[in-house]
Amino acid sequence: MIHVQGLHKSYGKHEILKGIDTEISKGEVVVVIGPSGSGKSTFLRCLNRMEEPTSGEIWFEKQLVTGKQRDLNQIRQRMGMVFQQFNLFPHMTVLENVTLAPRKLKKLGKEQAEAQALSLLASVGLADKRDTYPAKLSGGQKQRIAIARALAMQPSVMLFDEPTSALDPEMVGEVLDVMKKLAAQGMTMVIVTHEMGFAREVGDRVLFIDQGQIIEEGTPEEVFDHPKQPRTKLFLSKVL
Amino acid sequence: MDFGFLSEYWSYFLKGAWLTLQLSFFGVLFGTLLGVGFALLRISKIGILRFLASVYIEVIRGTPMLVQIVIIYYGLTNFGINLPGFTSGVIALTINSAAYMAEVFRAGINAIDKGQNEAARSLGMTHGMSLRLIVLPQAFRNMLPAIGNEFIVIIKDSSLVSTIGIAELMYNTNTVSSLTFKPLEPLLVSAAVYFVMTFTLSRLLGLLERKLNNQ
Repeated sequence: MIHVQGLHKSYGKHEILKGIDTEISKGEVVVVIGPSGSGKSTFLRCLNRMEEPTSGEIWFEKQLVTGKQRDLNQIRQRMGMVFQQFNLFPHMTVLENVTLAPRKLKKLGKEQAEAQALSLLASVGLADKRDTYPAKLSGGQKQRIAIARALAMQPSVMLFDEPTSALDPEMVGEVLDVMKKLAAQGMTMVIVTHEMGFAREVGDRVLFIDQGQIIEEGTPEEVFDHPKQPRTKLFLSKVL
Repeated sequence: MDFGFLSEYWSYFLKGAWLTLQLSFFGVLFGTLLGVGFALLRISKIGILRFLASVYIEVIRGTPMLVQIVIIYYGLTNFGINLPGFTSGVIALTINSAAYMAEVFRAGINAIDKGQNEAARSLGMTHGMSLRLIVLPQAFRNMLPAIGNEFIVIIKDSSLVSTIGIAELMYNTNTVSSLTFKPLEPLLVSAAVYFVMTFTLSRLLGLLERKLNNQ
């Protein structure tokens, strides 16, 4: 479904990604782990070109992501993204946050968009917050709304950029639960996270990235229980 | 002091104030629209556009409005352009407020967290949609005090267009002065009328601000 080939990213002379090649299949949950500054978030953000790759190709459902801008806007409608800082639109109610993109981009009618939004809000357990503004929500609630907002475009893949890193510890669980449910429904997901327990439980495949390269990849058992590379072992010894 | 002249000449002040409001209204309206344009040019990715917008803003802010008004009204006749007084006045106020508004808008847009634009773009919105639906509405709310301030400045600065013979409040004040041979009293009336206009506006904007903040 997503095909990444020779992905490089540099800021000036500083090389963040030094050639990433990988393939993500439909229905797969790929968890990306690695130390801070390893390039894992940059890798994720290159997948929908929030970051402009310096070189390399990214294909998504047989379309070139690293091509024309006009195609890119179309492609992004099918790639949901969830951010560390939630990025809800503060000047809109929860319901408006979730219905905006489907109404403006898919030209869905108000009633249809709202019906869909309400069922998504129900699935993240926040249907009662429909008319609330984001400022009145907790971090965990904001992130669940952000997930619902991304799902409202009915994407075929969801990208999560450290979705629980900005949360108070007691709110991490509620967000991970929503993500687990999503994974169980067969959603294709790419998740950058520091939650190793969650990575092991939900991931079909784990990518360990360090210094801009994929050092090791495999099932959670392979990577967590039997890491082969010294750098993976070192990293895991610090975080587990 | 004797304000007895008001019974005969009050309509001069009223008509003048009405014209002042019209000049200011159009000046701020076009100035805001043009200002958004210049602000977008100043944050554009294309270097030459950024440069041209900066030159415009620096030149307008760095020269006196009185000079600009006279250039537009008298200077342009050298090139065969003969603008009516009111139009010249609106143009002068517009190019002036556009330069100041551009800076207000640029600061307002830059103050919005870039995650807002990223969230909008990640959903598939174009750059324009993201600006129009997400960034500008939030920026506008933050900028409201600065925009109101600019509106008040324009009302006061519009008195300068009296020099090109537009019968706005200041011009009519001078007229009343010379008709009644009273230098001070008409000016005091005029000052009071300006103050009523700016103070009312500042109160209205305060209300709007509070209403938006309550959301």
